[in-house]
Amino acid sequence: MFEVISNEVLAENLHKMVLSAPRVARARKPGQFVMVRLDRGEERIPLTISDADPAAGTITLFIQAIGASTRKIVATKAGGSIRDLAGPLGKETRITNWGRVACVGGGVGTAVLFPLVKALAEAGNRITTIIGGRSSSLIILADELTPLSDTLIVTTEDGTLGIKGFVTSPLGDLLADPERVPQAVFAVGPVPMMKAVAEMTRKQRIETIVSLNPIMIDGTGMCGGCRVRIGSETRFACVDGPEFDAHLVDFDLLSDRLSIYRKEETAAHPLAECRIAGGIT
Amino acid sequence: MSNTLSVKERMSIERVAMPELPADLRSRNFEEVNLGLSHGQAVQEARRCLQCKNRGCVAGCPVGVSIPEFIDALASEELPRSAQILRRDNALPAVCGRVCPQETQCEALCVRGIKGEPVAIGYLERYVADWAMSHPELLQGDQAPAATGKSVVVVGSGPAGLTAAGELARLGHAVTIFEALHDTGGVLRYGIPEFRLPKDIIDREVALLTEQGVVIECNVIVGKTVTIAELRSDFDAIFIANGAGLPVMLNIPGENLKGVYAANEFLTRVNLMDAGRRDDSSTPIIKRREMAVIGGGNTAMDCVRTARRLGAERAMILYRRSEAEMPARVEEIKHAREEGVEFVMLTAPAAILGTADGWVSALRCLKMELGSPDESGRRRPQAIEGSEFELPAGVVIDAIGTGANPLLTSTAHDLFLNKSGNILIGSEEESNIPGVFAGGDIVRGGSTVILAMGDGKRAAAAIDKYLKRK
Repeated sequence: MFEVISNEVLAENLHKMVLSAPRVARARKPGQFVMVRLDRGEERIPLTISDADPAAGTITLFIQAIGASTRKIVATKAGGSIRDLAGPLGKETRITNWGRVACVGGGVGTAVLFPLVKALAEAGNRITTIIGGRSSSLIILADELTPLSDTLIVTTEDGTLGIKGFVTSPLGDLLADPERVPQAVFAVGPVPMMKAVAEMTRKQRIETIVSLNPIMIDGTGMCGGCRVRIGSETRFACVDGPEFDAHLVDFDLLSDRLSIYRKEETAAHPLAECRIAGGIT
Repeated sequence: MSNTLSVKERMSIERVAMPELPADLRSRNFEEVNLGLSHGQAVQEARRCLQCKNRGCVAGCPVGVSIPEFIDALASEELPRSAQILRRDNALPAVCGRVCPQETQCEALCVRGIKGEPVAIGYLERYVADWAMSHPELLQGDQAPAATGKSVVVVGSGPAGLTAAGELARLGHAVTIFEALHDTGGVLRYGIPEFRLPKDIIDREVALLTEQGVVIECNVIVGKTVTIAELRSDFDAIFIANGAGLPVMLNIPGENLKGVYAANEFLTRVNLMDAGRRDDSSTPIIKRREMAVIGGGNTAMDCVRTARRLGAERAMILYRRSEAEMPARVEEIKHAREEGVEFVMLTAPAAILGTADGWVSALRCLKMELGSPDESGRRRPQAIEGSEFELPAGVVIDAIGTGANPLLTSTAHDLFLNKSGNILIGSEEESNIPGVFAGGDIVRGGSTVILAMGDGKRAAAAIDKYLKRK
């Protein structure tokens, strides 16, 4: 059992949960995730570890309640507990001082981006953070990211906050400006967004890292369900990733495999929006 | 009583047939296929044993169960004594009685098999183990051993880990098991289906261990949550039995199409996460009319029989050699055939074909023929030129094997591995690091439950010796 220390609502459907998990807190590195299972019979859900306090023995998860399982998890109040939590899983982010770095987050991906921005800032990088969402209510962690970034740019598709449009448009401006062009780009978000970012940086050969979110069962390399195509090789996101060189990722295949259970889930759980968005959030 | 029977009388008894659920019924549910012997059947079968002096059966058992002794006690209807003998030698008798390949081990060396059928040792083992589970009040509990003050950590709660933990606890060592998944049993739970090994049996075997004082902690991934280096400072000895658990992909075009599963994923969804078995499971699984499984081992049989139970009209096994070379247990092959599984032999997949929207639609296959024997002694399959054909399939399951999982070893750089990533051990199951022992699939690659248990038993003895030296 893993005790919920605190559970704060940051925005609509976005919770910041602090959980007691001393061993995970001690071992965790940026970019890693945990598998969380609320109770018997529930799904195992991969969630990025946003932060950890080894002294207090706690980890922080930003959880966006987008499906039945995540909604049940965020409904657990402080003092309650999560039955199963295993990790930290996945490879840690390769953090170095690139100089100028752009960090791009779309929707829930911003929660995955947060620990990377924090680690990159601690390593001395100057960071332009670009986060986007459909509407202002879906923009998350802007307050938390501001102190870590040189510049924070917000985009919304409906123009209710920041620049109207997609994250790719301010990124395009950045790439076109010799004074501001980054040495590395980190992008986490919906597959089409990550694919678009990869295409934008390919010509200039700017190192671009994406964090992939395929469907996962165990998270320990055992099942092979999270396989992704990287260059000419099949790799397992849980043990070989979740971060990969964006220029080698087969995004179309990733997108296709994320749709596997759309029909089954809708049939079995008509009331739950299901976890079709896939893996690590 | 049994010892009054003459050899002639014993020889005149015919081998018992295991009562089974009818095939048409069981191929639509997940209930256990073998129903178990009645008391009368078990005692009668036990009386077939000639109590011969050369004890070939014991030599054929990887954990060295005192087979003639437990059978003799059963023949005399002294069940508590029989159970005690069995349990002394085998930590998981109810599991072994169900999943061991007896026909290539104990029963293969039974004298009765020379001229007829061997004693049904596996059935008898199961009978006595099940009896013991339902009559704990009639069994004398083992005397609690004197605590040695030494602590051992076991990595993984599969067959090797559970066996080692039981042996070590009996010797008075304080044992902790770390399990990576959210539930115990390893491959016994996520791999072997309910119809072959009910989960309840695993629960009860695990409960017996915790009653002996073994501490089991789930959700601890050694190599990630804690490292071997940390464990070395917290415990006096380590037994690594974390299994194989990394699927070997087919490496043919189409393996990433929707509807292609590695056996581990397919079985884990159904066995561990209840997909397709319980209506309230939150884990989905893809079911199709035609489901094809590639491979010829027990895992392949488990997959194809599961596919049949999920409703596949054509549940097919594709194997590149012929049925005689299949590594699966004879009983699994028999049961699968009775349940309507199709055996497509001497066939190798060349590519998985898909629809325009990325779903599996068929397998492109090649017909094979057997050539001269290879290094494994089996005749090497070779493709027949121009034999290509297509086999319609909506789900394809890759059950060709597993490799070594790198999670533990990738953070234990000083551990010696072979080129496949398996841990190298010496004759005493000890790795190159003193006090760090290993066994089961992480050493052997994909193998069987009983060989993993044999490793666990030998490792426990070696660890005990090591701790006494220390």
